[in-house]
This record gives sequence, structure tokens and C-alpha cells, in this order.
Amino acid sequence: MAKKNIIPFGPQHPVLPEAIHFDLVTEDETVVDAIPVIGFVHRGLEKLVEKKDFIEYTYVAERICGICGYMHGFGYCQTVEQVLDIEAPERAVYLRTIWAELSRINSHLLWLGFAADAMGFESLFMHAFRLRESVLDIIEATAGGRMIFGCVKIGGVRRDIEGSVLRGIVTKLHDLEPRIREITNVFLEDYSTRHRMEGVGVISKEDAYNMGMVGPMIRASGIPSDTRQIGYAAYKHVQFEPATAETGDCYGRCVVRVKEIFESIDLVRQLVEKTPDGPIEVKVKGTPNGEFFGRIEQPRGEVIYYVKGNGTKFLERFRVRVPTFANLPGMIRVLKGSQIADVPVIILTIDPCISCTER
Amino acid sequence: MIEEQEMVGIEKRDLVEMVASLRSSGYRLVQICSTTLADRYEMNYSFDKDLKFRNLRFTVMPGETIPSISLIYGTAFLYENEIHDLFGITIEHMTADFHGTLYKTRIPAPFAVQVPEPQEGAGGTDTEEHHG
Repeated sequence: MAKKNIIPFGPQHPVLPEAIHFDLVTEDETVVDAIPVIGFVHRGLEKLVEKKDFIEYTYVAERICGICGYMHGFGYCQTVEQVLDIEAPERAVYLRTIWAELSRINSHLLWLGFAADAMGFESLFMHAFRLRESVLDIIEATAGGRMIFGCVKIGGVRRDIEGSVLRGIVTKLHDLEPRIREITNVFLEDYSTRHRMEGVGVISKEDAYNMGMVGPMIRASGIPSDTRQIGYAAYKHVQFEPATAETGDCYGRCVVRVKEIFESIDLVRQLVEKTPDGPIEVKVKGTPNGEFFGRIEQPRGEVIYYVKGNGTKFLERFRVRVPTFANLPGMIRVLKGSQIADVPVIILTIDPCISCTER
Repeated sequence: MIEEQEMVGIEKRDLVEMVASLRSSGYRLVQICSTTLADRYEMNYSFDKDLKFRNLRFTVMPGETIPSISLIYGTAFLYENEIHDLFGITIEHMTADFHGTLYKTRIPAPFAVQVPEPQEGAGGTDTEEHHG
């Protein structure tokens, strides 16, 4: 038996610019155990509901994450609306959903860039980030911000998007589609990228389900689990199939995210066609009194929002279960048995968001 | 669309048995969370199967312990450690116990029920008994 060594990974590591640490127990080049340590930058944002009223807290919710911040604002508002028993107008619901899908494209292109970087494919990283800029331009033109959209509020949205601008988004995405396909073909067909991802970090269908994994992690193992199927927001009005892969490895996770980029482009197209005219907000009356477990599908997977109000303007409890928290045990499982050189790529294909986890 | 959610109130002593039953029925553990009420904690264990949401709920008093479900759902240890670190609730027999080091908070158990300081001149023994 080889001698066991413990190799520290993080909390600062070039592949992941966020604070997470693993003690990797190795025998020769094989990882036999991985012990995670989180909590380096825990911010206590859930506790902040005691000091920010439920309207103000929308701004805090958007700042839970730097990538999918909009999704947190969207999910928070949707859950509070359930407790308040109000419905945002249809147009606002469609606009929210369009921004959600743009956010997903942005997140997945960002991930493709990071994945290329982790594999040492720097030119591919630059191409992914160049294309991502085009999506950020659309977001900036419609929401006013690139990362913090600031356009969702309880009862609707703060900004409208004119019909001509909506049609312009479809045209821009249509032009962008073949350019994105050029780089995704490299991810899926190039020898070097396949060599780094195929058969690496495999998690079986049974393990993915039993370990409560979510998002592209579970779908890459062949389980078509996607919270959008519930039909929240405007998803009940559009056609889509959850993107899946069968291999359960790093390559499968890449395939799922690539499929989801094109699926999101198609969803934006469908949503723009169906967006009705009308108001974009309703007046919020009263204060939350009751509770609800809301859930939406973020780029990284299912996220749960628990809101409990007591009739005052301050919520009694706000809890977020983010996808990375659900995927962390699976990450440990997938690291066991892997080669030490594959650890950065495996961790990256899980697309961990420590900012969300340290909410 | 309002998602239908099933809220099931249970007794703490039935937790492990009911969770084991959900596991054998193919439910996925979605999350575990605690909420601070006036003088106690409310525990919520959420599960999902085919997009159907089911939630088990019970309350515990400060100082009470809760049995771990990490032997049934291996992933529960993270939620349980989180609840221990933020609420100060002791969860027994976790498969991986971080002993309060999962989160590094400046204030220990920041969500814990705030027990009022005993009034000056009040009988110490009575106050202790009152707060359990």
C-alpha cells in the first residue's frame, strides 16, 4: 500500500478564485478522500432580514452572488409574492423570464471560459469571454447593469423593454448562435479538451440522485431533473426539454451546459414572440404574513428560497439553499478515486459558486 | 403558478422512521433548515419526488438534541453541521461532525434563541428552570 499524503487544495487556488479548501488524501497520484472546508467568508445575509425590510431586501438578495445575482432577486421576489398573495403582471413575468435565460447564457459562457482556462486552453478562454461580452451588452442595454441587473422588484419589474428592443435581442442572439457553436464545437470535438474531460470525475445516475445533486450535475448523469418543469414564471407558456447527457463525467457536464446555451437562445425567441403588452408592476399592499418554499432553476441548478413573514415589514426567516451547497457532497464523492492532476478540472465542471454558498 | 406543497407536522421521535420511509419511496432530500421562533426552533426537512414537494416539520426547545438523518441521506451532514453552527442545536450521530468549524462566525450560533438575562434579585434557580 502506498503511503498516504494530504495535499491542501485552496482556499486560494488558480482554478477557482473563491475561498474553498479541500484536504486531498492521496495514495501516489490517486485521491482516496477529500475533506471540504467552507465558511471562510460566510456573510450572514440570511440574518440581514432582521434589519432590512422585505422590500429593501430585494437589493441584498441580488447581491448573494456575482454571477446569478439576478436569479436570486427573481426567486426572492417570486417567493415573497406567493406569501403576499399577489401576482406580477404577465408582461413583467415574461420580462423576468427573458432576463433569467440571458443570465443562464451569460453564466454558461463564463463557465466555458473558466473550463478552457483550467485545461490550459487560453485562446479558447478568450473566445468564450469575447462572446460573453455580447450577452453582457444585451443585459446592460435592457437592465442597465451588467452583473447586478436591479430590474426585478416585488410586484413586477422596474424597467420595461420596448418591443423593438425585444426583437433586436432575438436578432442579436440569432447572429451570436453560429459564433457560439464555433467554440462549443471545439469543447465537444477537440482531442485535447475531450482527453481532459472524458471518463474523468464520473458520477453514476443512482449516486447523482441519492446524493441530492441538482442542475447540470444531475442532468449530466442522465436524469432530466429541471425545476423549470414546474412551470413557474413564463416557463408554462414555452416548450423545452431538459438538456441531459448519459456519461456522468466532466464531458457530460460540458455537453449539458452547451445544450442549455442553445436551448436558452430558443427560449428567449419563444418568450419574445409571446410577450404580451400591459403593465409591468402591481402595487404591493400589506406585509408578508405566512410562509412559502419557492424554487427556481438557476444556471447551477435548483435553488430553494424559504420565506416566513409575521405580518411586520421584517421577515421572520429567509433561507436560501443554493445549488453548490446541494452539490458539495457529490463533489466529494466524485473526487474520490480521481487523479490529482484532474482535480482542478473536476471541481470546475461542478461549477461551484462559493459566493452563493457563503450567503 | 402556485406549486402545491405538502407540510406534514410530525413528532421529533418519528423523524428517523419517516425519513427512512421517504428514502425508500424514492424521495430526494432537498434541504433542511431551522427557524428561530420566540422560545424554540422550528425544523423543516424538505423532500422532492417527481417535482412534488413534501416538508416534514417539528419544533424543539433550546438544549434539546435532534437525531441525525445522515445515515439515511448521506448528504444531510452538511445541513446538520450548518444548523449546529448557526443555531447551536446539537444533532446526534452525524456521519461527519465538523464540531462547530463548518462556518467561522464571529458570534457563536448567531441564530440561537435569545434567552433573556435574569433580572437582578430574581431567584436564580427559578429562572434556570423556566428556560430549561
